Amino acid sequence: MADTRSYTGEALKLIKRLRELRDLPSFPDGYAEEIKRIQDRIQSLRKGGGVPSPWDVVQIARHQDRPQTLDYIAHMLPDFIELKGDRLRSDDSAIVGGMGTLGDRKIMLVGHQKGHTLEERQERSFGMARPEGYRKAMRLARLAEKFGLPLVTLVDTGGAYPGKDAEEGGQAGAIANSILTFTGLKIPTVTVVIGEGGSGGALALAVCDRVLMLENSIYSVISPEGCAALLWRDAAEGPKAAAALHLIAMDLFELGLIDGVIPEPTGGAHTNHAATAKRVMRQVQLALSELSTLNADDRLRLRHDKYLKMGRYSQG
Amino acid sequence: MAKYVTVQVTRREPPAPVEVTGPQCKKCRHGLQDGELEQNFHVCPYCGYHYPMPARSRVTMLADEGSVTYIGEELRPADPLEFFDMRPYPERYEEAQKETGLTESMVAALCTVAAHPVALGVMDFKFMGGSMGSVLGERFYRLAQKAIAERRALVVTASSGGARMQEGLFSLMQMAKTVTAARLVGEAGLPYITILTHPTTGGVFASWSTTSDVIIAEPGAVMQFAGSRIIEQTTREKLPADFGTSEKQLSQGQVDMVIHRHDLRDRLGSILDFLAPGSAMASAGAAANAATGAAGGER
Repeated sequence: MADTRSYTGEALKLIKRLRELRDLPSFPDGYAEEIKRIQDRIQSLRKGGGVPSPWDVVQIARHQDRPQTLDYIAHMLPDFIELKGDRLRSDDSAIVGGMGTLGDRKIMLVGHQKGHTLEERQERSFGMARPEGYRKAMRLARLAEKFGLPLVTLVDTGGAYPGKDAEEGGQAGAIANSILTFTGLKIPTVTVVIGEGGSGGALALAVCDRVLMLENSIYSVISPEGCAALLWRDAAEGPKAAAALHLIAMDLFELGLIDGVIPEPTGGAHTNHAATAKRVMRQVQLALSELSTLNADDRLRLRHDKYLKMGRYSQG
Repeated sequence: MAKYVTVQVTRREPPAPVEVTGPQCKKCRHGLQDGELEQNFHVCPYCGYHYPMPARSRVTMLADEGSVTYIGEELRPADPLEFFDMRPYPERYEEAQKETGLTESMVAALCTVAAHPVALGVMDFKFMGGSMGSVLGERFYRLAQKAIAERRALVVTASSGGARMQEGLFSLMQMAKTVTAARLVGEAGLPYITILTHPTTGGVFASWSTTSDVIIAEPGAVMQFAGSRIIEQTTREKLPADFGTSEKQLSQGQVDMVIHRHDLRDRLGSILDFLAPGSAMASAGAAANAATGAAGGER
């Protein structure tokens, strides 16, 4: 992978400026021109050498050697204590969670774990959780709430596990109730999409005060292959669907759907776990510091307002 | 000896379709008179099969006569991603608007049901497969706001193929938006009831439709989060014919009751008698009066 640091740095700055401009209460002189200039510059940067296409990013996001939740835990939480089970039926190893100290702050961390080896991936269903996985996440979120521990989630899943047993065990209701639980937490919540943010199975852990994405991660309502099969009637049109869905971090940041992008080390996260974890740690700590200055009621109200404003429509 | 031989197989012609003139029920094949289905609330009078129902007909069916005011009709889909697959997104939704006479896949109405004030959302599967986009999310939110401001129950019926892919992550975020809106209704002490009709799938099944206080399902409705084809491809499991049906969901503890469409309105009214604002106190009083009356009678 080519060195894209200069692209990433400049593009992020431009997008931040774009978001500031859009948030202005009134339109100053030259407003439209500046927006146009920034958008053109972003487009030309994208076309520069070495910048991965959306489909390339999909492949990087799914890379087997990319750091996963347990790798981040190893680098970020030296005293981690894992907690298991949904207290109803079983323990789903597609989602892992527990307590640990991040810098000088005790936190609860919950995340999808896909597995690196084939054996581990099979055991963990490639990070595709069943209802018991989401119920474990809810349980740990409530536990964090009870003891005032901020909650950090790491998202890395192709989606919820599509199986007969999972459906019959209430997959839809488990995801819905996980979302409901996250919308009511009074503790600060931060999520980082570290690889694949696949549909409802990702959202179940991602309705948080701050939603961050690693530069080469993706977040989408449907997999590009699934979208291609439905709309192009050909799963091989994945690259087209990946571009159309705007599922890469930069696009989602520009669209106002996420709160920040964390640049990856040269060569991508999979080439340097320690450096990636350091960057993720720094951004999560920053977000938690900001959030801890708010009182719980304000934080909750801001979280609600953020999600209640989501959507684009016209009023004709 | 050749390992493989070519075997000639006579291709069997598909059986000739049964000769029926005019419309017939797609389930039981019984012939149907013009308008017979519509007059019966889109339920087959012969086998009871529940067809998807046009949104406005369902509002008329559920609401007290003359009580309906539609809201959020000015909201129209936008095209935030300039989405183009084989056709541009605006072409798809404009076609759906022409076909259905609706502006989006859910209508929002303020009305009364059995005299209880209700904010009522009704989805229509015919509008782009009942997919959930930004307009649905905003209409849902406005219903929730009205419910809170005017002390109404929130009642929403689902009928959906899932998320609106053409709106990308905006569509996924409607799951979070609707669940947040419904949470506020609950925090205001108001009842939230959902009615799941055929089909209820994907993002709608995994968000607002299953976070309600009471979940009602129509007979024979299929509810699934993942599609059958995906499940069979991923797990190589063969799914039974009644997989995900209301009756199965009931036995698996996922819904409260399965109610025939003809009885929906009355049942909704009875549930609201218990849950509507102030009704717990009122009914306690009524029960106490009844008890006193009975005791008096015995004396």
